[in-house]
Amino acid sequence: MAAIEILDLEKTYRIGFWHSRQKLALRPLRLTIEQGEVFGFLGPNGAGKTTTLKLLMGLVPPTAGTARILGMEIDDPRVKAQIGFLPEQPYFYDHLTARELLTYYAQLSGVPAKERSARVAAMLQQVGLVESAGVQLRKYSKGMLQRVGLAQAVLHNPKVVFLDEPMSGLDPMGRREVRELIQQLRSEGKTVFFSTHILSDAEALCDRVAVIHGGELQGVGAVAELTPQSQGKVEIIFCAPSVPAALTSMAIEARVSGDMVNAVIQQGQQEEVLDILHRERIRLISLTPVRSSLEEYYVEKLRPKESGKGAGA
Amino acid sequence: MKSRIAFVAFNTFREAVRDRVLYNLIAFALLISAAAILVGEISIDVERLVVINLGLTAVSLFGVVIAIFIGIGLVSKEIDKKTLYTVLSRPVRRWEFVVGKFFGLTGTLVVNTFFMAIGVFLALLYVARHFEKADLPVLAALYFIVLEFFVVCALALFFSSFSTPIMSALFTFALFAVGSLSDELRGFARMATGLKGALMTVCAYVVPNFSAFNIINQAAHGDGVPGRLILYNTLYALLYSTIAISGAVLIFQRRNLK
Repeated sequence: MAAIEILDLEKTYRIGFWHSRQKLALRPLRLTIEQGEVFGFLGPNGAGKTTTLKLLMGLVPPTAGTARILGMEIDDPRVKAQIGFLPEQPYFYDHLTARELLTYYAQLSGVPAKERSARVAAMLQQVGLVESAGVQLRKYSKGMLQRVGLAQAVLHNPKVVFLDEPMSGLDPMGRREVRELIQQLRSEGKTVFFSTHILSDAEALCDRVAVIHGGELQGVGAVAELTPQSQGKVEIIFCAPSVPAALTSMAIEARVSGDMVNAVIQQGQQEEVLDILHRERIRLISLTPVRSSLEEYYVEKLRPKESGKGAGA
Repeated sequence: MKSRIAFVAFNTFREAVRDRVLYNLIAFALLISAAAILVGEISIDVERLVVINLGLTAVSLFGVVIAIFIGIGLVSKEIDKKTLYTVLSRPVRRWEFVVGKFFGLTGTLVVNTFFMAIGVFLALLYVARHFEKADLPVLAALYFIVLEFFVVCALALFFSSFSTPIMSALFTFALFAVGSLSDELRGFARMATGLKGALMTVCAYVVPNFSAFNIINQAAHGDGVPGRLILYNTLYALLYSTIAISGAVLIFQRRNLK
């Protein structure tokens, strides 16, 4: 059984005073995400990522199509107990403290009364908010609110977690913590579906990604499939204060950083380069084929659309 | 189901308390104290009448203002601030949310009215020096005021399910004003004939009959309240609130939460 099956889900908003105009937000979307997968949903702002998530959460009704989560239709009330959701730039009841908010959400999620306080305490610990747990959320910074958001999304131990731009607005430490949380969720066997436009995060975390633009799916696949070793180049890193003279003519590009040299050579020249390093007693750190980055794939997928149509939220 | 409604209601109550809604009690306390002292100084034999009239009218007006201005934001504020997303992505049905919000606000108003009622009785004790059997209708009047709040909250919630907060406030207040004159409206309808008469009759019976809840004057004069009136008013308030809340749920059920 797949974790998420999106079956030609489609959304068109009616806008204007008389609701006479239509605005396309999502063209028929078909996707399957397996259990235990970390799936990245990539696209620029306004591509249709948030609309897809809102459709899956039942916050907006679809114009056509349907979706199943853990084999159940999305309008089946039992689904909601199995999922966690972090909206983009989450807003919470700012008159509540973090502890009160999490307790409220635990109540709504059906966490048994005797487990509630322990669960809430564990989540506050996990997201590093123990000391500010008694402070009203109106006094929280954006990064702290994002942590509260992550805590409420996984508080009730859901099987499938949906995160809408979870790294948005976070500092480097905050982003790292979110990455660690996603990896932890993966290790617990949970399915994570997260939307982002930060490609390095998707590349580092996801088993598979989909690219959406203009409300239309542009491509989907494993990160390794989408970033093939097609460049015919090899990156070599070694310890040396400068680029050895014998290597200068072979390196397509070379960069010295402290005692480290990072050079790119053509595929097939590895043996020759290794000989030079051996001869000059230079310590090799790594030698890896250069992959095209996810960014290149993303840009390629988006390029034909740039002059074309736009989509909804 | 019941527990989820109760959790939403309690959170709504807690929000109202922390947003200092109950601070209106201070203004009410000052008003009723000043009235009691002033009336004690200048009135002869009508202190009781003046205090009950003034006190109950203030209870009603303070509550209606709170019911309208909080009621119109109950759902729309949650949509605007997007706090609703993390609630409705849990096993909470939309109707449970709306009903929970309704009970949260009416609960706040009941607590508010309870404290105001204490104020009214203290003022009454101050001017009359003792309670008497003729004070009992004051309790019935307070109960009817609470029923009035139920209907006003339900209307505010209904209008806010499809309209902007400002328009919702205007609609609810207009309906409250017209409904407070519904006896007169029904009188006009009886006098009119033909299509005009039919239309006026429909209007007169569709707008909530708030004048039926207003027994402040009878209570001030110590007139007894028939049990039948208590029963009818209770059923009427329950029916009207249920219809308005059902309308709000039906509209909210189909709403896109953009």
